[in-house]
Formats: sequence, structure tokens, C-alpha cells
Amino acid sequence: MEGGQTITLAALSITLLVGLSRAMILFIVTSGLSFVLGVLRVPNVAHGSLYMIGAFAAYSISALFGSGSVGFWLALIFAPLVVALISLIAERSLFCHLYEREHLMLLLFTFALMLILGDLTKIVWGADYRSIMPPSLLQGFVTIFDSPFPKYNLFLLIIGPLVAIGLWLFSTKTKMGKIARAAAVDMEMVGAIGINVSWVFAFAFVLGCLLAGLGGALVSPTISVTLGMDHDIIIEAFLIVTIGGLGNMWGALVGSLIFGITQSFGVLLWPQFAIVFPYLAVVIILTLKPTGLLKSVW
Amino acid sequence: MFGELIRQKSFGVSLAVFLVLLLAPSFLPRFYIYLLAVIFVTALLAMSLNLCVGHGMLFQFHHGVFYGVGAYTAGLLLAKTSIPWWMAFVAGPLAAAFAGLLIGLFCIRLNKLYFGMLQISLGSLIWAIAFRWYGLTGGDDGIHGIPIPDFIASTTGSYYFVLIVLGICLFLMYLILKSPFGSTLQAIRDNPERCAAVGIHVRHHQLKTIVIATFFGGVAGVLFVVVEGSIFPDLLFWVLSLEIFIMCLLGGWFTFAGPILGAAIIVSLRTFVGTYTEYWTLILGVILILLIFFLPEGIMGYNYRQLFRSRTKYAHDSQME
Repeated sequence: MEGGQTITLAALSITLLVGLSRAMILFIVTSGLSFVLGVLRVPNVAHGSLYMIGAFAAYSISALFGSGSVGFWLALIFAPLVVALISLIAERSLFCHLYEREHLMLLLFTFALMLILGDLTKIVWGADYRSIMPPSLLQGFVTIFDSPFPKYNLFLLIIGPLVAIGLWLFSTKTKMGKIARAAAVDMEMVGAIGINVSWVFAFAFVLGCLLAGLGGALVSPTISVTLGMDHDIIIEAFLIVTIGGLGNMWGALVGSLIFGITQSFGVLLWPQFAIVFPYLAVVIILTLKPTGLLKSVW
Repeated sequence: MFGELIRQKSFGVSLAVFLVLLLAPSFLPRFYIYLLAVIFVTALLAMSLNLCVGHGMLFQFHHGVFYGVGAYTAGLLLAKTSIPWWMAFVAGPLAAAFAGLLIGLFCIRLNKLYFGMLQISLGSLIWAIAFRWYGLTGGDDGIHGIPIPDFIASTTGSYYFVLIVLGICLFLMYLILKSPFGSTLQAIRDNPERCAAVGIHVRHHQLKTIVIATFFGGVAGVLFVVVEGSIFPDLLFWVLSLEIFIMCLLGGWFTFAGPILGAAIIVSLRTFVGTYTEYWTLILGVILILLIFFLPEGIMGYNYRQLFRSRTKYAHDSQME
């Protein structure tokens, strides 16, 4: 805004769209975190690491198939599955033996998992920067309000709502989803009617981590994939689920929208301190509404 | 109070340890003296956090910020102004306590996880400012080669300074915890409802605790500047905060000296394992998992289990423990 520059309506709309597409990534990642929080009641600190592994796995898979369009689409499918497999192994081999213990132990375990996965990523992929090209279909720009807007971000704007609808259908229409929702409210009762609670937990954990992997795979063409992206996302994700209401999927959506949009408007208004804006928004929301915007399942 | 203190066996032990540490520079190589100084700084930081976490059951998730504020205040004053060194050293903890008061005023109205999350958010604001304001803070690189007064600039000098300040701070913390104020704080931890019912202003009390804890956190920050002579934004990053949280848990967060043990273990591990491999966090993670599975009492300490039994009902009700 220095130099008497005025902000045009077009610039505002583009900023809004960029913020929305960022919010879609955030939503996909945080909906997974929120799901685990809701059912297992554990803030999964390793969630960001799984997101990072999703991005690295997407890079490797797409490189395996010649970095073309086919590679990208395969990466989008298989990278989340790789992440799901990793989380399933961690859950069945170690995590599931801790469900009877204090919650703090579960939290500590996810912290240990974050430390281990972070270094394993370093061992497997190294500390270099990686980048992935979006498929040719999604390369380039479309013109919206006379300004260029990346096609890939448009794609994100479509995927985000699809994931939201999918999750909503899953949790309201399928048996497994209903069990998971019931488990979030009263775990003991779910166990009492003869459902294997341990497997419900495993399922919820793996589904949550799968979403982290999907988020990582989706974000990989828009940023440079590198170590440390786990640290950045996990704090944002925790704050989003907190302002949205713990364990509430729609809360994750609302929180992501607020976070993404304040972030992109921050870039427009004051680029140097853009990262301050979303944090300020969180402060304001938690000051006005201490338990988050929507109802928490806790 | 002093008579009771002197009669305790642990007092004699700590006095002996203190004396040995005073003599340490005469028989230990320089590297170990430096390592001990780093352990002392981290131990003070963990102890200050434990005032909130262990004794007050406040989920102070971003305590590292106050450490960083103390370090940045002292470091910037030393590097960029010509005020006497002792004023910079006093300003550090005061700035940290002020930041603690400001952030505490916001957070104190919330409970448990929400308290921690709001604190992470507010702390990240401060981190973002330190990280981005290149003109003042040096941004990502931080500031190195901060002028330290001559008498504490050497390894041995800084070692003695850190040791003496640590001793004074630990003694003060002990007095605070043994005072009626400390007892009230622990009563609030064990049963906030009943404390409110007998007329204790729970929130005021917790806010005072936060200010005290952040003050000591700021002292640790100043000591960091003395030992390292540099400041950088990682001091304020949440990963460090989580690490000191782990130190408290590891050593035993319902014990007085537990965090010192936790800090010593983690700092030594990082230093020694770090010389053999660059993957020390991997090893830390594996050790943490081994502790969770095989030595939960080693993490929490026996006292924790005793306390936890009596608290199981509340833990279940609030779903956060």
C-alpha cells in the first residue's frame, strides 16, 4: 500500500481465491487431525510429519513414473496410501498398546513418533528441496477478473469441497462412520455393545493420517517440498482445530477458511508480517469465544 | 521455614552437589564446563516451566517464548545500546515477566488445552515478529557475537556466573513453593473447585504463578546469552517449548528437582549422541518410546503415580490428563 497504491476489486477477489485454495489444503490436513482428536482424544503431534511424508512420497512416486501427468495422478492416489500404511504399522505395533494408559502417554508417544518420522524422512529423502510439476492439464493460468490465477489452485478449490462432502457422507451414512461418531461421544458404551474399540481407534487413526498424506500430496506442486514443513503445518493445524472446536469437522473447515483467508490478505496488506495475521485472528477468536466457534465433541 | 529446610537430608545433598560443582572447573576439561553451563541454563528454564506445569497444572505449552524474550531483550540491549550490562541483565527477566503478564491475561480465562493453544498462538506472534523484523532482530540469522562483560566472558567465568544465578533462583523457587503462596497453588492444582469455594481467587493466583515462572524463564534467557553470546529465533520456536515440556515430564513433574534431571539427560544426550550421528532426534524418539513402554515411572516419578491415583476421577471427567 506504500506509494499510494490502491487495492482494486480484482486484486481483492484474487486474494480471496488464493486464500480459499490455501484453506482447502489446510482443511484436508486438519480434518484428519480433528477426526483423530474426536475419536482418540489425542492431539496427534506426528500429524505434520505424516503430511510431510505424504509430500515426499508424492515426489518419489511421480518421479518413478517420469514426472508426467500419469505420475502425478498416481502419486495423488498412492502417496496417501503409503502414509496410511506407515500410520497403520505404528498404530498396530506400538500405539495400540497404550490405549489403557494415561492420555499424557499417548501425547508423548505421538511426540516421539514425530521425532522419529522427521529423522527417517531426512534419512530417506535427504535435506534437499524437491519440486513437483502439476500435470499438463492443470498447468498455466486462467484469467479471472482480468488477473491470472493458477489452474492448479482452481483444482484445489474443487477437491476441498469434495473431501468435505465425502467425509460428511462417510460419518453420517456409513456404519463405520456412525461407530466412529459414537466412539467420539461415549467410548465405553461403544465397547459395551460389542464393538472392538481398539480397531475403531486404529481405523480412525489411519483415516486421519491418510488425510494428512492426501494434504501433503496435494500441496506438493504448489511449494518446494523440504524438511521442516512438518513443523509449520502442525502448529497451524492445532490452532485451526482449536478455533473451530475440537473434533468438529465443520469447525476444521471454518477454522481453515479463517486461517487461509487472513493469511492471503496479510500478504496483500503487509507482506513482511503476513504470518502475523492468522495468529492474530486466532487470538481474537479465542478471546471472544474461548472454546472455539463450533461445538466441540469433548 | 529455614530450620526445616536445613534439617532435610536433600538440603545436605544439594549443598554437597553445589560445592562439587563450584570446584568442577579445576578438574574438568573446558568442554565439560561449557556443557555443564548449558545444562544449568536449560535446567533453570525447565524448572521455571515446572512452576506452571507441575505445581500449577497450567498447560504452559509455549514457555520457550519467555526464554527467548529474556534472551532477545538482554542481547539487543547489550549489542545495540551502551547501557551498563547489569541493566540489560535485569531488563531481560522483567521483559519476560511483562510478556508473561500480557499473554497470561489472555490465556488465563481458558482451560487446559485451550489455554495451551492460545498461548502457542500468542507466542507464535512474538516468534513471527522476531523472525521477520530483520532491522532490529537480525531475522532468521539472529545476532551473534554479543559483547559480554569481561569478567564472565570466559568459559569458566560464565560457568560460575550461571551456577551462582541458578543456585539463587532454585533457592527462591524453593521458598516460593514452600510459602503459603506455593501451597495454595498446589491446592488449586489438586482441586480448583474446592479452592474457589473457600475463597481463593484461582485465576489471580495462576496469573501470578505465570508471571513468576516467566520471570525465571527470562533469567534463563539472559544466562543463555551469557553462555552462547548469540540470539536467534529458534529460541522462541515451539519445538523448543515442547522439548522443555518433555524435560519436566521426563524428570518427574511433581517433584521439585525432577526438571533438572530431565534437562541434564536431554542436553547430555543431544551433545554426546549428536557427535556420533546427525540423527539424534531419531534416537531421542526411540528413547522416549522405550521410556513410555518400560519405564513410565522413570518418566513420571513415583510421586506422580501416587498423585495420579487420587486424581483418576478428575482426569476422567476432564478428559485431558
